[in-house]
Amino acid sequence: MSEEKKIKPNEILAGIDYNPPATGWMDTPVDFKKGTFCNSVPAKFMEYLGQPQPHEWKSYQDDWGLPDNWREIIFEGMRERLKKFRTFRVFMDICVRCGACADKCHFFIGSGDPKNMPVLRAELLRAVYKRDFTLAGKIMGRFVGARKLTVQGIKEWFYYFFQCTECRRCSVFCPYGIDTAEITMMGRELLNLLGLNIGWVTEPAANCFRTGNHLGIEPHAFKDSIEFACDDVFDNTGVKVEAPINRKGAEVLFVSPSADYFGTPHYYTLMGYLLLFHAVGLDYTWSAYASEGGNFGLFHSHDMMKRLNNKIYHEAKRLKVKYIIGGECGHMWRVLHQYMDTMNGPTDFLEVPVSHVTGTRFDHAASTKMIHISEFTADLIKHNKLKLDPSRNNHWNITFHDSCNPARAMGLLEEPRYIIKNVCNNFHEMPENTIREQTFCCGSGSGLGTEENMEMRLRGGLPRANAVKYVKEKHGVNCLACMCAIDKATLPPLLEYWVPGVEVAGVHEFVGNALNIEGQNERTVDLRGEPIKEQEEKKDA
Amino acid sequence: MNFITSFLLTVGLFIVGYFGSRLPFVFGLVIPYTALTLFVLGLVCRMIAWARVPVPFRIPTTCGQQRSLSWIKSNNLESPFNLLGVVGRMFLEVFFFRSLFRNTKAELYDGTRLVYGSNKFLWVGAMAFHWSFLLIVLRHFRFFTEPVLPCVLWLQDLDGLFEIAVPAFYLTNFFIVAALGYLLARRLFNPQVRYISLGSDYFALFLILAIALTGIWMRYIDKVDVVKIKELVMSLVAFAPVVPDGIGWLFFVHLFFVCVLLAYFPFSKLLHMPGVFFSPTRNLANNNRAKRHINPWNPEVKCHTYEEWEDEFRDTLKRIGLPLDKAE
Repeated sequence: MSEEKKIKPNEILAGIDYNPPATGWMDTPVDFKKGTFCNSVPAKFMEYLGQPQPHEWKSYQDDWGLPDNWREIIFEGMRERLKKFRTFRVFMDICVRCGACADKCHFFIGSGDPKNMPVLRAELLRAVYKRDFTLAGKIMGRFVGARKLTVQGIKEWFYYFFQCTECRRCSVFCPYGIDTAEITMMGRELLNLLGLNIGWVTEPAANCFRTGNHLGIEPHAFKDSIEFACDDVFDNTGVKVEAPINRKGAEVLFVSPSADYFGTPHYYTLMGYLLLFHAVGLDYTWSAYASEGGNFGLFHSHDMMKRLNNKIYHEAKRLKVKYIIGGECGHMWRVLHQYMDTMNGPTDFLEVPVSHVTGTRFDHAASTKMIHISEFTADLIKHNKLKLDPSRNNHWNITFHDSCNPARAMGLLEEPRYIIKNVCNNFHEMPENTIREQTFCCGSGSGLGTEENMEMRLRGGLPRANAVKYVKEKHGVNCLACMCAIDKATLPPLLEYWVPGVEVAGVHEFVGNALNIEGQNERTVDLRGEPIKEQEEKKDA
Repeated sequence: MNFITSFLLTVGLFIVGYFGSRLPFVFGLVIPYTALTLFVLGLVCRMIAWARVPVPFRIPTTCGQQRSLSWIKSNNLESPFNLLGVVGRMFLEVFFFRSLFRNTKAELYDGTRLVYGSNKFLWVGAMAFHWSFLLIVLRHFRFFTEPVLPCVLWLQDLDGLFEIAVPAFYLTNFFIVAALGYLLARRLFNPQVRYISLGSDYFALFLILAIALTGIWMRYIDKVDVVKIKELVMSLVAFAPVVPDGIGWLFFVHLFFVCVLLAYFPFSKLLHMPGVFFSPTRNLANNNRAKRHINPWNPEVKCHTYEEWEDEFRDTLKRIGLPLDKAE
């Protein structure tokens, strides 16, 4: 989307109409409006990953180059998945269309498009299930919501299943727990069978498969990047930290999303990790092979998720570590918490994580042997093992954004708050309907964080930004803390658009700022290299 | 349109039931037995079908703090860690519609500010409807046993507590009609819900409303011979069916509606009743990292092993001095 055409905030707001159109949803064709969908996947990435039907096509063109037997392929794919996933089967059968989910979706709230009501998103698949897999649908047709699958229908699937961030907010409110993330995952798997996916999902997956991370960073660049971070830590704090890579026999393997060592503001979080590990003398290693905790396979298919996730345990075994710590990331933790052990376990070569500093045994991770860094840090703080000076974060007035997956697929709610309250002096929660399990997505998760999809991202991020705006106006909040790589990448432009003047930071950036470490310098600058005092003065002024 | 179709369909069923009273053998015996068979078999088959589909991943939706560090208070009902928590969560979900209780309404206030108000109307309507329906079904057990079970009598007394009118007016009768009216009105007048409503959504409401209204009608207005009805029902229960004369056409209409509901149940969205018990986002514990969940069809997939990776990047790794497993 070019600058001059960029839609203005008040234009978006004025255009939102929650009243559905006059034509029924079955008869309203999908409109591929520029700025609201993602680019199609180039064939080479499909080929590299050995995916079916790789071909060149464009989502905005008429002919998508579907194979002649596309309908049979879809039906066969549905039949297979209905036999493999109870979620899919049950969720197809039991929705009563009560509408409780309707205004829970950030894309619906930001666009007013009725097919962004989770119920209708699911109905796109359910209509096919009804017509071709149930007796009632065969007899009663439209009366029970059955609809024939057409090429238009496939396009609708593509548009709306790549307009869902799998954030699961709707499933919190559904009286039967119908989870649209499951529906979307099924929809995307079915589209894959026809060679249809988006570039921003498949390319990172292909990169990750080859090099070990989504950005396709090769080992030398990975090493350089980590070393740069060590240098920057030294420049800003005077502390010399080590960051071993691929070191056998370390106690801990540390895995974080690749954006941490190549993105901003992720990078400051990385510096926070490095300082923390140095401060407590953690015997750990990075891996250049398993250099990605995030998993775009989750946004592609269950098989791809498993293929990418495999590296973590594979590497832990090779390096003979005892347990694994994972960095700040959202969907990464959905995979690590809910899928990894089932897919790539069991982990008899690892030990139940025990903090070498506090002696705390993390029994809740007794099987996966992988803990979240905020669990590790919260435990350290609770046992008074960190020397902290929260005043070094005084220039920040912070609110905390629960990332969708740690909140709704893990229940990691208190750990980050506990840390923030101990390393910062100014913390204010956003309104309760917008945090914890009811948190709003950044609007760009599940592979939708592309430039070409910007308008939809800004719309989807509206509810989150709106809540930030509230605390900015009420409490003077100037920083949104979060623990997700996609958040850190996509919230800055979102907030710049809706709530200019609010920065985005990872929780461990604040930890790094607050940490007192032996041999440190005067600490006149924070991890961003910005003078602490001056900023405070600026804020006072 | 969907609304009118469903309404006309219900009226049509009423007429069929009316003329059905002239064929008491068919409408008093054959159809009830058939409907009940369809109901039981349909439901059992459906539940078996669901149960046979594996649950490959443990994917509860967590709505509260996980169990992690001992000093952080975890929420065993919203993010259950063990079986007790799961049972508690399911109990709240099934009997008190916990998730629906969270319902909010998003509004764009002044066209600039999003606000989320608490919105309990749907929850109240759903609770009133489902609980009334359940109590009414239980109350009907007075027709199925002789002597009538004491708990049924007790329920009946409680329901008719206010002793308004003779025979005593049941509270549940009022609540079910009011709730169904609300649920119908909501489908009609809430633009979003109207948009997602299918013909079958209205039909389910009309059908149950028709059952309730014909029931109320024959209890208070056009009274039918209850003794004879019990005679018929008891004979059906004993599998020695006899249709007594002079039951009254209204009863046959009522019964016919019930039969349609029973037969329709296993093939419709009414499956949400047994379905909620099968929902993996609610009936699984959030103990994923503590206890391994097994996927019975865990597939073999092509992975990129460390050895392959090292082979591909050997020169680079050598140059930057990272340790290698194989020298060449």
